[in-house]
Amino acid sequence: MTQLALVIDLNVCVGCQACVTSCKEWNTSGSAGPMVDQNPYGADPTGTFFNRVQTFEVGEFPNTETVHFPKSCLHCEDPPCVPVCPTGASYKRKEDGIVLVDYDKCIGCKYCSWACPYGARELDEQQQVMKKCTLCVDRIYDMTMDADDRKPSCVKACPTSARLFGDIHDPQSAVSIAIREGGGYALMPEWGTHPANHYLPRRKTRITIHEDELERADNPLKVDRQLPRPAMSEPTLDDVTTW
Amino acid sequence: MHPAFSVIFLTTLIGAAQGLFLALFTAQSYAAFKLLPQPDAHAFYGQGSLLALLLLVAGLVASFFHLGHPERAWRTATKWRTSWLSREVIVLPAFMGVVFLYGLAHWLDWHPVLMTLPGGLPVDPSAILGVAGTLLAFALFVCTAMIYACLKFLAEWHSPLTVVNYILLGGASGFTLAAAFAAATAPELVGFLAGWAAIITVLGLLSRGASLVRNARLKPKSTLQTAIGIKHPKIAQKTQGFMGGSFNTREFFHGQPVAVLRGVKWFFLLAVFPLPLLLLLSGMQGGIGLLVAAFVVQYAGLLAERWYFFAQANHPQNLYYQSIA
Ligand code: SF4
Ligand code: SF4
Repeated sequence: MTQLALVIDLNVCVGCQACVTSCKEWNTSGSAGPMVDQNPYGADPTGTFFNRVQTFEVGEFPNTETVHFPKSCLHCEDPPCVPVCPTGASYKRKEDGIVLVDYDKCIGCKYCSWACPYGARELDEQQQVMKKCTLCVDRIYDMTMDADDRKPSCVKACPTSARLFGDIHDPQSAVSIAIREGGGYALMPEWGTHPANHYLPRRKTRITIHEDELERADNPLKVDRQLPRPAMSEPTLDDVTTW
Repeated sequence: MHPAFSVIFLTTLIGAAQGLFLALFTAQSYAAFKLLPQPDAHAFYGQGSLLALLLLVAGLVASFFHLGHPERAWRTATKWRTSWLSREVIVLPAFMGVVFLYGLAHWLDWHPVLMTLPGGLPVDPSAILGVAGTLLAFALFVCTAMIYACLKFLAEWHSPLTVVNYILLGGASGFTLAAAFAAATAPELVGFLAGWAAIITVLGLLSRGASLVRNARLKPKSTLQTAIGIKHPKIAQKTQGFMGGSFNTREFFHGQPVAVLRGVKWFFLLAVFPLPLLLLLSGMQGGIGLLVAAFVVQYAGLLAERWYFFAQANHPQNLYYQSIA
């Protein structure tokens, strides 16, 4: 079984919104019809997006950290949004685990959006059907594209490579390794939705240096304790002689 | 959640219709066992069913305003295996059909004896339709309520009390309506119906009160910490990623100050329970004006109750939409 997913590295994301715009650009130009904006140049512009990048501040001044947080449908392995749909417009594909909406069947009842705890679904005000991330299903299988381009639009756009794409059921895939070795986690695990998308946590690069690693343990001046113990700041034998 | 008027009218109108039908058939059953005088079947059962049918149609019309593509509504009957909404869409027309036939049987005085119960009680089509309608009325209450109660993220709804409330509040308004209707068409039944309306109203107060107490004590399971997966007691959103609104900010927030919420709560607590109770008890002797007032007040209260039901539900997705910058 394949489960395609995104793995988003919060340690790398700089919140530039490139994925938001490239997602919109790709998906608004597709065969499924435009993702129309209302009032785009007015005071209160609004429109349908599959992907949003939010920003959170963690901690209290001055010990704060800014976390940019991209958010889209997580293609849950146990998606609560699917069984509630009365028409079968919402479905999860067996072959690759992508959760999709059939825009020709959706009646716009919004019930699935109530059943998604992540707020990943948005009703298109113009088409009056439910929309959400498709993992660029119309891109990733398009054999007319170079293999390198058969990735979701957001992944291609990210300038810092914060977004990885692959099969999380293949233990050797880059995404599985990233989740396993980078501490990948799922959002709101308390609901048992088993999101396929994972996030990699913020991390600091630290090395731990012990006292004895700063001193030469084999310093002959110290071995027999015949001479006074040189201070840490004094040169060791190696530094002053060549024998 | 943002209360949608289409759904508020749908649930309150069909609830009253279901209650009214249950009241009609309760009266018929009592009369069959000679516990109540036999009313004028044409006027009471026949026109009563018509009234219930009108309410159901009105509810159905209201529900279409909730859909983005009403012309595709037929598709909603396909996923009854998993979706309570789909089940409701199947049960509602079935119930309407049975109410129609039930009313028709009484209207045409179609009472051939189909079989006789052990006690010598004759069973005619209206009795069978009545039993079927009763089962469907309860099934419809359960379907409607489970649409909300099955969503575990919405803790305010995810409780058996939701189902009990829908049954009792729909039942109360339906019996109150039946009492008012009987005052015009079958005065001998007014005391009986008003009495039951009062009893169901009191039961409704108990269960709705219990759900208010329960909801006041709920502790949200999801927090900003689990929403973004960062373990720190102090997290604040700086921006939700856009400045104008989105579907997420429109659909899931009621946008009203706490004072409005509190006002609506006290209004419905008064208008659904004590006021109709007083009016019902004083109209017991057949005061049609008082009984109509009881229904009108209770129905207005139920609109407020349903509004509050939606507004009070706090969706976990709201954690992601707290700040604009
Ligand atoms: S994130 Fe929401 S919309 Fe996407 S699969 Fe999970 S529950 Fe469904
Ligand atoms: S809005 Fe569309 S996809 Fe969602 S539950 Fe309704 S019919 Fe299904």
